[in-house]
Amino acid sequence: MSAPHHGLPRLLAGLEPGGAPMSLAGHTHIHGPLPYIAPDQLIEEVGRSGLRGRGGADFPTARKLRAVAVRRRVGPVLVNGSETEPASAKDRLLLARLPHLVLDGAVLAAGAVGASEVIVKVGEGAADALDALRGAVSVRDGDRVRISVLAGPEGYVTGEESAVVHFLNGGPAKPTFVPPRPFERGIRGRPTLIQNPETLAQLALVARFGSSWYRELGTLADPGSALVTITGSVRHPGVYELAFGTPMSDLLDAAGGPVEPLQALLVGGYFGTWVDASNAVGLRLAREDLRSVGCSLGSGVLIALGESACGVHESARVISYLASQSAGQCGPCLYGLRAIADSFGALADGVAEPRERDRLLRWCADVRGRGACHHPDGAVRFVESALRVFARDLEGHPRGRCDALPAGLPLGDSAVQPPGSANRRTRALAR
Amino acid sequence: MSATLRINPIACEAHGLCVELLPELIRLDDWGYPILDESEVPSDLIGLARRAVDACPTLALLLDDDRD
Ligand SMILES: Cc1cc2nc3c(=O)[nH]c(=O)nc-3n(C[C@H](O)[C@H](O)[C@H](O)COP(=O)(O)O)c2cc1C
Ligand code: SF4
Ligand code: SF4
Repeated sequence: MSAPHHGLPRLLAGLEPGGAPMSLAGHTHIHGPLPYIAPDQLIEEVGRSGLRGRGGADFPTARKLRAVAVRRRVGPVLVNGSETEPASAKDRLLLARLPHLVLDGAVLAAGAVGASEVIVKVGEGAADALDALRGAVSVRDGDRVRISVLAGPEGYVTGEESAVVHFLNGGPAKPTFVPPRPFERGIRGRPTLIQNPETLAQLALVARFGSSWYRELGTLADPGSALVTITGSVRHPGVYELAFGTPMSDLLDAAGGPVEPLQALLVGGYFGTWVDASNAVGLRLAREDLRSVGCSLGSGVLIALGESACGVHESARVISYLASQSAGQCGPCLYGLRAIADSFGALADGVAEPRERDRLLRWCADVRGRGACHHPDGAVRFVESALRVFARDLEGHPRGRCDALPAGLPLGDSAVQPPGSANRRTRALAR
Repeated sequence: MSATLRINPIACEAHGLCVELLPELIRLDDWGYPILDESEVPSDLIGLARRAVDACPTLALLLDDDRD
């Protein structure tokens, strides 16, 4: 075990802005060699660390490891590097720049659950991540598992775990009806562990330095550090590693601070929740604080909305985007989200029927929980928070009177990006 | 013994037969798709629930017996 370093950065240690992928030698120099730990011991250590999944669902990682480890004929460990959240850049940063850290975590997790194979799935547009991963795999030796790297189609729901499994089993990248869940029947019908790259990178450090070290940062309930993509009206949008428990104001400062007074923060990406800026400043990066205002960290995206922008207009664009991303398999998702987007658009354009807002809220309640995956649930959570936080703006939103500047929230390839924002996804600064 | 109803939303094609046979537990949304407000089936409705399940042309309506 190499000597642990204390404080931040942890995952992003040694990362130079704009540099090449970290070499295996550089990686080993910073973190030490890949340790061997008995499966039970690793799962226990991960359990003591309190590590939870960083792909959005926030599930305790040790429980997931155990659920697969107790099964027989375990399939590959699947690294879900899809990162389909348009504003998120953390997974791509890890895969493109620190591939060995993620692969270490995947190899360790494979040992813990009894898997003999690792598959890393990345969106086909992430050429830098694919290159870095393939390069990293080619120089690793001594791993007791086979590692392969696969590119898949892009689109919001292609990153949902059953969609990734469906795709890797030769089907379309669309979710399937669960149960059976992937941990029961996944790739080639075998029990499959699926983790987000950041979860595995954190696991690689827990395996090396232990759970007590992991808990040196963060709070009792939310130990450790997190990668947060901070974007919108901040001076230096990018990916930052911060300790849980850090106040929101410090998060914004990490990204250079706001470029103008803020009206709201979107916490957790497009499945997330708008929070009024005045309520947000007192919050810490911690589940209990976020829950008190009805949100969660989700995929670790924080978008700052400046006062010059219009929350109603931006929300309408995001809702249309989410509706367009439905996999089109489930009626309530396909038709419901489309209707919700049109209804919200009518409110934003000031052409709504008198009781439009009530109908919209009823539709949100009707659609929740009725898809094969959680896509509709995330979308209506976003809509409900927009209705709450921008209620006053919605009242006074007659057509043509909104003179706000477009904030240009990123919407994947379909988006019309404002000039100069192209580097937002790739810009990454280690703090 | 109790039983719970589920709908596979990928398989469901909004034929609506289930609502006709089991209006006590199923209603339609504004797009013609069935909503289950309560998934638990009271024991006096289990027979009717079975009929609705058998009638669904796409096998989208599922009845799980929860045996303890
Ligand atoms: C519509 C939808 C899209 C998702 N996209 C991603 C994604 O791009 N990357 C990811 O890691 N998880 C994504 N998830 C969550 C995964 O289903 C899964 O929970 C996660 O990969 C598990 O890893 P974790 O436990 O390490 O977080 C998505 C979920 C939904 C409902
Ligand atoms: S809920 Fe929507 S996104 Fe999810 S499987 Fe059904 S149609 Fe696809
Ligand atoms: S009968 Fe079957 S297909 Fe028709 S609405 Fe009911 S569940 Fe859907």
